[in-house]
Amino acid sequence: MSAPTRGRARRTLSAVVPPLVLVVVGLVVWQWAVTSTGVRPQVLPSPLRVVEQGWRNRELIWTHTVPTLQVTAIGFACSLALSWALAIAVDFSRWLRRALTPLLVASQTIPIIVIAPLLIIWFGFGLLPKVLVIALVTFFPIAIGLIEGFAATDRKATDLLRSMGASRWQRFRYVRLPGALPSFFTALRIGITYAVTGAVFAEYAGAKEGLGIFMSLQKNSFRTDLVLAAVVVTALLSIGLFGVTHLVERLVIPWHVKRRRG
Amino acid sequence: MGEVKLAVEDLHKSFRTDAGVLPVLDGVRFDVAPGEFVSVIGPSGCGKSTLFNAIAGLERPDSGRVVVDGRDSTGRSDPFAYMPQQDLLFPWRTVLDNTTLGLEVAGVPRRAARDRARALFGPFGLAGFESARPQELSGGMRQRAALLRTVVQDRAVLLLDEPFGALDSLTRTDMQEWLETVRTGFEWTVLMITHDIREAVLLSDRVLVLAPRPTRVHLDVVVDLPHPRGLGVITDPRFAQLEDVLLNALRGRRPEA
Repeated sequence: MSAPTRGRARRTLSAVVPPLVLVVVGLVVWQWAVTSTGVRPQVLPSPLRVVEQGWRNRELIWTHTVPTLQVTAIGFACSLALSWALAIAVDFSRWLRRALTPLLVASQTIPIIVIAPLLIIWFGFGLLPKVLVIALVTFFPIAIGLIEGFAATDRKATDLLRSMGASRWQRFRYVRLPGALPSFFTALRIGITYAVTGAVFAEYAGAKEGLGIFMSLQKNSFRTDLVLAAVVVTALLSIGLFGVTHLVERLVIPWHVKRRRG
Repeated sequence: MGEVKLAVEDLHKSFRTDAGVLPVLDGVRFDVAPGEFVSVIGPSGCGKSTLFNAIAGLERPDSGRVVVDGRDSTGRSDPFAYMPQQDLLFPWRTVLDNTTLGLEVAGVPRRAARDRARALFGPFGLAGFESARPQELSGGMRQRAALLRTVVQDRAVLLLDEPFGALDSLTRTDMQEWLETVRTGFEWTVLMITHDIREAVLLSDRVLVLAPRPTRVHLDVVVDLPHPRGLGVITDPRFAQLEDVLLNALRGRRPEA
């Protein structure tokens, strides 16, 4: 019992230490550069100042963090529902596959940076435009991951199920769906990292509350330190959600996680 | 000729390719008696897999019929239980739940399906591995689990497509010996594809040799050696003689008789 636990601890440690070392080195260089050149904090605050000011304004930042988290959760949930529905529809209908695939790709050519302000003109400062932006940036990798996961099903496995007399739905349920889950979780991780950034970006373009509008306001009053403090919070949120997908993966497809390690 | 379990009647099948029409099956016909173990060997690319798919109902033949127990079963999969070369055990299911898959698909309630499969774990040398994951099993055990998943469906005819082809030769020999022993306790009617002449002679009551593509049955050889056969039978002169006949037939020569 203790040997595998120790092994896992060592693996986790060896995964965390190298990036941490890089971050610390970067912060030291940054701090040293700011103090030795005497650059004004409105232009470039030192990391210590970012932390100090961020901590002093922690309640304000927190009141803007909660709405961003909410928008991210709702937007990502919609994106998940949309991508699952699309991927399943495409898997069951060759016609839909041909009809939808080019449209999916085309949806990724929309420049979000241009469309986000328009969405706010059309739908106001409420939830809807932000949910749309998040869905637009995250549903594509997830839908593609699912579609390709379904399609990667071994032809021989399909034949085996057919020889058992399985219907199309049974083949989906017994083979295609579970077989696609590893590729779904890979896509989910890509999607979730876009989700927080997407939410912040949508808020930046116009909102009543949230980290995005907070950054925009602080930038306009030259509080570069608070902008950067909000960036740190955004990064922590993304990393946290990324970690959650790993936990969920371990719960849903333990067989795959084990096999990958083994 | 006595009773007939499976009758393959004059199967024809060709495929349309870019290079034109490619005839693969050219009037394949043979019978299998109840409880009989028949192997099919043939030069590679001769159409063995097409023949199997046509019998198993995975592909419709252009003409000809597949008859099981006197009923036309062409294009139907329900009289057959099919075992592919790869074990195709799914990592998201336990070994037990892998073996019940065919029953679940057929609508057998989960508990009844598990009871039926569990009863076979002893004879199949898998006792104690019911709740293991397939990736924890050795190659031979995986193949036995795949065979268990096939026979538990209780279909009229078992179709085995190079069942031991993916195993190393030592494990393969073990599996052949085991199958020869275990099958005496059951009344399976088996049709097996193999490219291993020794395996065909060791396990079969009859061996069919297919001609090169477009294929038909080139030779039908009765293996008249008593069951159960231990590995010692390999040194029997009749065994060597049969191997010789089959090898020559595979190379396109008819036996001088």
